Amino acid sequence: MPMIEFKSVSKWYGSFQVLKDCTTKVEKGEVVVVCGPSGSGKSTLIKCVNALEPFQQGEIVVNGQSVGDKATNLPQLRSKIGMVFQHFELFPHMTVIENLNLAQVKVLGRGTEEATEKSRMLLKRVGMIDHAPKFPGQLSGGQQQRVAIARGLAMDPIAMLFDEPTSALDPEMINEVLDVMVELAHEGMTMMCVTHEMGFARKVAHRVIFMDRGEIVEDATKDEFFGTPRSERAQLFLSKILQH
Amino acid sequence: MNYNWNWGVFFQETPDGGTFYWEMLVSGLGWTLAVSVVAWLIAMTVGAVVGTMRTLDGKAPVLFGHAWVELFRNIPLLVQMFLWYFVIPEFVPPLKHWMVNTEPVFAQFLSAVLCLGLFTSARIAEQVRAGIQSLPRGQRLAGSALGLTTWQSYRHVLLPMAFRIIIPPLTSETMNLIKNSSIALTIGLAELTFRARELGEYTFSFFEAFTAATLVYVVIAMSANRVMAHVERRVAVPGLIAAGGGGH
Repeated sequence: MPMIEFKSVSKWYGSFQVLKDCTTKVEKGEVVVVCGPSGSGKSTLIKCVNALEPFQQGEIVVNGQSVGDKATNLPQLRSKIGMVFQHFELFPHMTVIENLNLAQVKVLGRGTEEATEKSRMLLKRVGMIDHAPKFPGQLSGGQQQRVAIARGLAMDPIAMLFDEPTSALDPEMINEVLDVMVELAHEGMTMMCVTHEMGFARKVAHRVIFMDRGEIVEDATKDEFFGTPRSERAQLFLSKILQH
Repeated sequence: MNYNWNWGVFFQETPDGGTFYWEMLVSGLGWTLAVSVVAWLIAMTVGAVVGTMRTLDGKAPVLFGHAWVELFRNIPLLVQMFLWYFVIPEFVPPLKHWMVNTEPVFAQFLSAVLCLGLFTSARIAEQVRAGIQSLPRGQRLAGSALGLTTWQSYRHVLLPMAFRIIIPPLTSETMNLIKNSSIALTIGLAELTFRARELGEYTFSFFEAFTAATLVYVVIAMSANRVMAHVERRVAVPGLIAAGGGGH
């Protein structure tokens, strides 16, 4: 059973179709990179996985649970899927450690001590333990994003979603975030990453999905994708972003 | 202008005997403060709930919040005061029964706090709504993505930041509420302005009476201002200059 399965997912904003009949899947332990030109629907696709964006047609099944099903307990399902945003979205009025503790305590029902222990362990892992008592506004973008990753991991997720995690970062901070993501991939975490970082894709992705105008144009293994993409659009995209 | 100031008037006995005029003003001040505090609590509570409703996903709560705000914002405060005191009790028999049997001052107090509290709640609701809507959309998404329920997202993520942002307009709303409490004199509540006028009428020392009342209002309003400024400093978030910043 795949960890995440998209079955003919379509979505409209009014009369504009943003997702067209998207079908794909992410197996347990697999790292899938989603790329494509801006406006191609990749962020929308990834946000459908934990129902942050509703979709009108098709089905998404996460760990055996249908996301669109009315009977599905969404908060409970979401708590099992970590998500990292382009703009970090740490809670600015809470310290780093409080950011990590909040959902552990309120959603998973852990005690504060247990949550803090877990949070400290994860902050150590992302190299942010010294910043635990600080507020997000006192950290650099790269540091905030590493905290955001730790916040997602604190929920012991079955999969992690990354929505352009390095797009809002200054160039010198991109690697510190990618390093954490690479480590996570090597540990076997199931990951779905919307990113333009092709170096990251080459290094750890198992599969690459290429989207254009709401469609999944290419869904290939990493070697196929970087070797000989079948679609002209993917070839054009790659030639543009790999020029330098 | 030729006027003989008579500041000694405050230390003269009232015609009823046994009390001094300054005590009359103090008792007026007491009612002004009591009305303001209770009305403020109503305004903040109801305003927070109604303002939140206007930012929810469902159609019904948004519509209700909208109607609430328009209702209380579009009727003059003075008319609302009369409605609460003279008209609404006619439609609520138990309330009417209570109002005719209790001390008049309690009936006046209840009408005044409901009127001022709900009137101000509509204005605070608008500020709460604006505060919530000024937060980046990603904050709500991040709360949801972690598995927080809508209520938990509001309680722990959205409202704490929204309230920090709207402290300055809340301060002026608080000061308006205190000043608006003087409208309660129209239904006979013996608050500060009522007492100042009464003192003037008994002694013809209108200048002294209203000078005193003015100074007291200024002191209360400024104290409220200082308290809010203190709160603003206390809850300021380190490292955050512009509210809701995304780390730029």
